[in-house]
Amino acid sequence: MTMALDQQPKRQFKYVGTRPPRPDGIDKVTGRAQYGNDLVAPGMLWAKILRSPHAHAKIVSIDTSAAEALAGVKAVVTARDFPAIEGDAGMRDVQLNCMADTHVWYEGHAVAAVAATSDALARQAVKLIRVVYEILPHVTDVDAAMAPNAPLVREGQAMENVPAGMSANVTYTSEFGHGDLTSGFAKADLVIERVFKTAATHQGYIEPHACLASMSSDGRGELWTCTQGHFYFRTACAAILGIEASGLRVTASEIGGGFGGKTQVWAEPVALALAKKSGKPVKLTMTRDEVFRGTGPTVTTSMTCKIGMTKAGRITAGEATLRYSGGAYHTGTCDMGAMAGFAAYDLDVVRTYGWNVLTNRPKEIAYRAPGAPQAIYAVESTIDELCQKLNLDPLDVRILNAARKGTKSSYGVVFEDIGLLEALHAAKTHPHWTTPVAPGTSRGIACGFWFNFGGNTCVSLNIGTDGTVSVSEGNPDIGGSRASIALMAAEELGVPYETVRVVIADTASLGYNDNTDGSRVTFAVGLATIKAAIAAKTNMMARAAQVWGIDPEAVEWVDGAACPAGPNAGKFPPMTLAEIAANSFSTGGPIAGHCDFQADGAGVSFGVHIADVKMDMETGKTELLRYTVFQDAGKAVHPDYVEGQMQGGAVQGIGMALNEEYIYSDKGTILNAGFLDYRIPVASDLPMIEAVILEIPNPGHPYGVRGVGETPICPPLATMANAISRGIGARLYELPMSPPRVLKAIKGA
Amino acid sequence: MSAIAVTTTVNGDPVQFLTDPGETLLDVLRYKLNLMGAKEGCGTGDCGSCTVTLNGRIVCSCLVLGAEVDGAEIGTIEGLADGPNLHPLQQAFIDHAALQCGICTPGILVASKTLLDRNPDPSEEEIRYWLAGNLCRCTGYDKIIRAVQAAAATMRGA
Amino acid sequence: MVKVALWGTLRQYADGLAEVEVEAATFKQLLDVLSARYPGLKPQIARGVSVAIDGRVYREAWFTPIKPGSQVVLMPYMVGG
Repeated sequence: MTMALDQQPKRQFKYVGTRPPRPDGIDKVTGRAQYGNDLVAPGMLWAKILRSPHAHAKIVSIDTSAAEALAGVKAVVTARDFPAIEGDAGMRDVQLNCMADTHVWYEGHAVAAVAATSDALARQAVKLIRVVYEILPHVTDVDAAMAPNAPLVREGQAMENVPAGMSANVTYTSEFGHGDLTSGFAKADLVIERVFKTAATHQGYIEPHACLASMSSDGRGELWTCTQGHFYFRTACAAILGIEASGLRVTASEIGGGFGGKTQVWAEPVALALAKKSGKPVKLTMTRDEVFRGTGPTVTTSMTCKIGMTKAGRITAGEATLRYSGGAYHTGTCDMGAMAGFAAYDLDVVRTYGWNVLTNRPKEIAYRAPGAPQAIYAVESTIDELCQKLNLDPLDVRILNAARKGTKSSYGVVFEDIGLLEALHAAKTHPHWTTPVAPGTSRGIACGFWFNFGGNTCVSLNIGTDGTVSVSEGNPDIGGSRASIALMAAEELGVPYETVRVVIADTASLGYNDNTDGSRVTFAVGLATIKAAIAAKTNMMARAAQVWGIDPEAVEWVDGAACPAGPNAGKFPPMTLAEIAANSFSTGGPIAGHCDFQADGAGVSFGVHIADVKMDMETGKTELLRYTVFQDAGKAVHPDYVEGQMQGGAVQGIGMALNEEYIYSDKGTILNAGFLDYRIPVASDLPMIEAVILEIPNPGHPYGVRGVGETPICPPLATMANAISRGIGARLYELPMSPPRVLKAIKGA
Repeated sequence: MSAIAVTTTVNGDPVQFLTDPGETLLDVLRYKLNLMGAKEGCGTGDCGSCTVTLNGRIVCSCLVLGAEVDGAEIGTIEGLADGPNLHPLQQAFIDHAALQCGICTPGILVASKTLLDRNPDPSEEEIRYWLAGNLCRCTGYDKIIRAVQAAAATMRGA
Repeated sequence: MVKVALWGTLRQYADGLAEVEVEAATFKQLLDVLSARYPGLKPQIARGVSVAIDGRVYREAWFTPIKPGSQVVLMPYMVGG
């Protein structure tokens, strides 16, 4: 771990910053942990969804009679079983995505579902459903979809700000930035404008969506599912089924990866509808093929980036147009890209334009810093090309132009304390950078950024009579957050980490919690836990004061015990948390602290990555030799898990850079809906990933915590593009940089 | 479809079950024998999260039929620990934070154990290639490789 | 009075201004005043906006106080993964 370079004195922590074992570790290494597909119930039925084979079609008719007649089939559902949502276009879109109504808008769109007494029977029944389609023209390319004569994906989806005369597939536009572009570019010694394209990619979580649903005739339901947000799932399922949310209890299973892809419902409302209709519990699990065709990948993009730089390396103006498509549904992801693309830079003149365009592809959902990796790839690649042409050191150019405290960002907000310069300086002095580039290899560098969120959070911290502490929170643990939350509770209470147990409570047990996304959990749930601990301490100090017969104001909390504050308070030995807890029934009852709030004050997180590659000029294959990640974590509560986020996010970005893409046929169907041909990085593709944590405390959190999960996927796309481009002597402008594309660039060079 | 009777050994215990001809070993383990540790990540042998040992070799149990294992010895994640005592690999994974969501962990542990049974001192490259058939999306593999190296060292030293 | 920065595509609904001055003491008052003065902003406000006050971002919080003289920046409601 690297030293932070801030000016404030660093707080000394006792537990925060250590590396204890995580509480769910033993369950996960023994196979005992229960994931979405691991629950069974007596009388359980098995569900299967029928999906559209066409990229775009009108549903003329659906005949389910043969399926219903099959022995063992207990329920069949179609859109008729979901009362159409009115007054909430966004939720109606989610509902239509779970079950198509009049049209199918992408290959894989769900049109019907069955529940039967075995998986084999369900699969057989689904084949007996007769759907008559009228095939319609489709479009899957974002630029083609924006063209004036493009096939119409869906009518009437455009927002009020779309200029007249555009293709009806354009739903939204936005613009950010400041300064005068003409004079900005005029100041540059060199201006480069390039077009970049990226494919849709999938989060690639190894666990397919899976749930177990039951509903009784009084409208009450139970849902067990792998989710990043069981409270949102309750809201969504209730809306889609037309039932009361309070009647539905959702329990989050352990989750086998999400990365944003499990912040939306697909299977759950269908399973609940089948459970309602059959009167039995229903297990619905997606196959890997269905996960690719029928869940939510990233946007696919086409971007234009123009940057002007002086001979000395100062960026005088930056302008980017981001054309994004998140499938057949409106999405505002282009805003995230438009705001994040230039965020690492202190610019007098910057402008970004976002566009959202409909295509006949699955409905996009978040994937780790949604919208940002693509825009940052375009900006960081263009900056690198300018550095090459002007013969400037790419790291020094970043330092020269870096955003810092007081910089007005590209999206208008002025930054408070941020750690970009510290990360850049750490990179500059690191052996990976100072070691000369070996002959036959090449090196790339890029920066990245993410906003990080706070959000609705509810935590309950209970002091057991045996002196141990139990924290109930409502955010599924996707990265080790239970350990971090326990560390923060231990720190605030002054008790050993081992005495704190964190559980993720169901929707009936706590107030609403926003999804585990936006890199918000360590920050927001941590902050709530600290506040709940403070409330519990206040209670415990009052109990001690009563026992001692002194004023509660005269008590303070030190090292896990109530103590008289100052010599005038009285000579009483400290009363430990365990002692206070043991007497709690006699001093007023159980002791707990709660915190329900909207957390704000999340700090942004910057990262810098360096990659060394060796290119095979005959096959176009990229061998990744060395990779280092530098990132500002504010305060690393559990450094192992901060490193884990940095390494894991970097490797996902490497995958997006090198191999991952949705490959479409000319019929608009996906050709590579499996892990064989949708190639994510495997162990033999990679070297060790060194993670260097910087700590520039976030002023918005008592321990300085910043979110870290999303930033690391942003730099790798350009880090790899820059390394590869320098290695083959030709620039690549399209991702992924798979061997055929690299070879094409080599031949064209 | 008439069911087939199978007699086998799972984690050292004798086991009998009835299986349909088309049922995979993975489905048998999970829904007939209640051994949920092996996971279905893809159903096509590409992700390795269903990894078990079959007569000492690692296989994707989603590619093996239940009917094929009559008379065979099967090893799953549930058989790795010795009663309540974790195997050094399991302990190393916890100590080195070699898991995040943990869905790939059972498959990787079974595969790693088989590697160390054959090669007690593998190089980093050997470990990476042995585990190339086990996908992990959370960790980037770094801490997994280090955990296997640490466990191997412990097992050599012990 | 507080100065509110509007992002590029919002300006067409606010007489082309990049920055407007309003009387508002909380996040909600700010949105209400903007909607009333510039009805063209209503659809975006309904879709969701976040607000940065003196550099700190608030995703949604009606009663977040805004001090006179504060620098306020409107942002689209943000989504993460």
